[in-house]
Amino acid sequence: MADITFGDAPDSVAGIQSRYMEQVQKRRLYGGLTLLIFVVLMVSGFNIADARNAGGFWEGLHQIGDYPADVLSEAWEKRADLPGLIAKYFPALIETINIAAVSTLIGVIGGLFLSMLGTRGLAKWPRMIPVFRRLSDVMRAVPEIVIALVLIFVLGGGPVPAMIAIAIHTAGALGKLFSEVAENADLKPLEGLESTGANWSQRMILGVLPQVAPNYISYALLRFEINIRASAILGFVGAGGLGYELRNAMAWGPGRFDEAAAIFILLFGTIVFFDQVSSRYRNRLTEGQTQ
Amino acid sequence: MTAIDLDTTKHAADRLFQRKRLIGFAIPAVILLYLGYIFVAFDFAGLAQRASLENAVTLASDSWSHKVHVTRDNRSGEITYAVEGERKGRYPEGTRPDWVTGEEIITIDLGGEHIVRYLPENRTEIEIPGFQLIAVQAEGRSLTSNLPEDLPEWISASNRRIGITTPEGRITLTGARTEVFNYFPGWELFWFTLDSPYYDKSLTTILFGPRLDPERSNVAGALSDWWNNTMWRHGDVAWAIGETILMAFLGTMGAALVALPLAFLAAKRFSPLMLIRGTTRRFFDFLRGVDALIWTVVLARAFGPGPLTGTLAILVTDTGTFGKIFSEALENVDQKQIEGVASTGAKPLQRYRFGVIPQVVPVLLAQVLYFLESNTRSATIIGAITGGGIGLMLTQAIQTQKDWEEVAYYIVLIILMVMFMDWASGWLRGKLIGRKD
Repeated sequence: MADITFGDAPDSVAGIQSRYMEQVQKRRLYGGLTLLIFVVLMVSGFNIADARNAGGFWEGLHQIGDYPADVLSEAWEKRADLPGLIAKYFPALIETINIAAVSTLIGVIGGLFLSMLGTRGLAKWPRMIPVFRRLSDVMRAVPEIVIALVLIFVLGGGPVPAMIAIAIHTAGALGKLFSEVAENADLKPLEGLESTGANWSQRMILGVLPQVAPNYISYALLRFEINIRASAILGFVGAGGLGYELRNAMAWGPGRFDEAAAIFILLFGTIVFFDQVSSRYRNRLTEGQTQ
Repeated sequence: MTAIDLDTTKHAADRLFQRKRLIGFAIPAVILLYLGYIFVAFDFAGLAQRASLENAVTLASDSWSHKVHVTRDNRSGEITYAVEGERKGRYPEGTRPDWVTGEEIITIDLGGEHIVRYLPENRTEIEIPGFQLIAVQAEGRSLTSNLPEDLPEWISASNRRIGITTPEGRITLTGARTEVFNYFPGWELFWFTLDSPYYDKSLTTILFGPRLDPERSNVAGALSDWWNNTMWRHGDVAWAIGETILMAFLGTMGAALVALPLAFLAAKRFSPLMLIRGTTRRFFDFLRGVDALIWTVVLARAFGPGPLTGTLAILVTDTGTFGKIFSEALENVDQKQIEGVASTGAKPLQRYRFGVIPQVVPVLLAQVLYFLESNTRSATIIGAITGGGIGLMLTQAIQTQKDWEEVAYYIVLIILMVMFMDWASGWLRGKLIGRKD
């Protein structure tokens, strides 16, 4: 093997160059092919989506502004009512935020357990690690709407189905993220605690949690942001809160667009507000860690 | 260290401990208080009344079993046999399940010695072990029966309608018709409907046996009958899943393509003008803040229901998210590599191509692929709102409140689809930027 490479060495400059060019060309070819496949997928996908849609893309494009313009102009005409409407829908907003908050809380607790039980080195029952990992995979894979719709059928409409649905998904998603963090946790404090005779939950609370808390809180806040959006969307399929009111307001159509506008404003304001607050707090958490 | 120093340190430590202990109790207390408030606010107490245990039981049993209806129309005397009572599941003329016997008197054996007899002139007899023989006569719109005054809970009776629920099956009688529901485990007609020549044939017969349908070869015929199964609509379901994945794919990739050039405008390093930077950032914030829900609602007005609307809703929302993430990644680009490229005499565009892009591509790709998976879930939900993909089929199946086996089927498929996308995006990430772990 070595002989051959040495044997090739003398004519190397030209050889290396040609081989290099060959390699570059090959890479370019692959890159071009990937790009071509990507473009073909995008274009044909767009055409399929366009063909299967009720209205076409090009006809719809110039109508995008119509609905917002209608809503805005009507809201502007009745702008005197707007504060009243915002006050009227404020309880629904509180419900939406509550759904997000409770489900995040429950999800964090569930995610904590899933991550601790599914991480090597921390697990209480090491043999069960794959079980808990699969469990959190499945919980993560179920879209909220699936559980919400089924629970609405069983429990009736309202905030509880949405809460449970989002909590399950959150637990699965956080379980995965948490366990990625927990894998990097230092095991020495755990050994120290074990030597004092601490049991599993004491080891987890005193040994692992303080190490991972900043990351966990940061993930939980991010999740809270996501869950506010999710709870608004689930409201639209009948699970209470602002989304539900939005659907009703939309169903009334023109003449009641001021109500829709009030809800739009509330939802937009809430999302932006919590985005800003949580991203500021998360930045502080992660910065504090790097120092 | 003097004694006084030690004292103050000890004191400080004590105070710290006390504070920590207080926090240790306060946080769970606050959480409990909050949960208590939620308990009241979400009306958990009223939930017990609103919750329908009956619905839960039908859901749980229907999702893994099916029922066959034996219906007698009391006006014409005609008897029909149909899986799930659907026209599509009807037994062809002249055939019937083998637990039904008799010509004049139709005997339906529900199993466990539960027997129902359809007698001539709209009379019905029901034999249930441990209970008297029930005889019912239907006349016009009313029923007369020999049922006693106080009835067990599994029988509900009035002179218009009698309902009997047993572990073996259900019987409902009204003046107009008499129906028996016999339950069986499994998803009936999942492969072929009753009118298909391949129904109830084993795989080996289809693959190697004689030709069942003279028109077509067995394999092609079986595949097409399965694909066009009118009960389960496998073809439509496959299309719907394809639509959902398409929405996620087009939306995510489209958003990435739109967001990338805009992200340069929002990154401090590449866009020195404060005004442009600020405007682009506010634009991203606006797109994200409006949220997929409102975008879906607004876009559905312009484009009508369908996958394109869902695609655009995802595209618009994620343009905001990607814009933010991308511009942050661009700000963290290492200047040295760009300088190195510049030192070889590269023009600005080449500096971007060889100095910036290689640094940010792995970060961006990782984000895009992660969003591809998460958008598959979003596309399911958006599809339910805007009317496209598997989300729509799921909501429709749930709204009919009877096809629970189809609901279960869709749920399984959705979970598999999301897990597949999760795996596929992980695989692609491994291929494109190499595995980290």
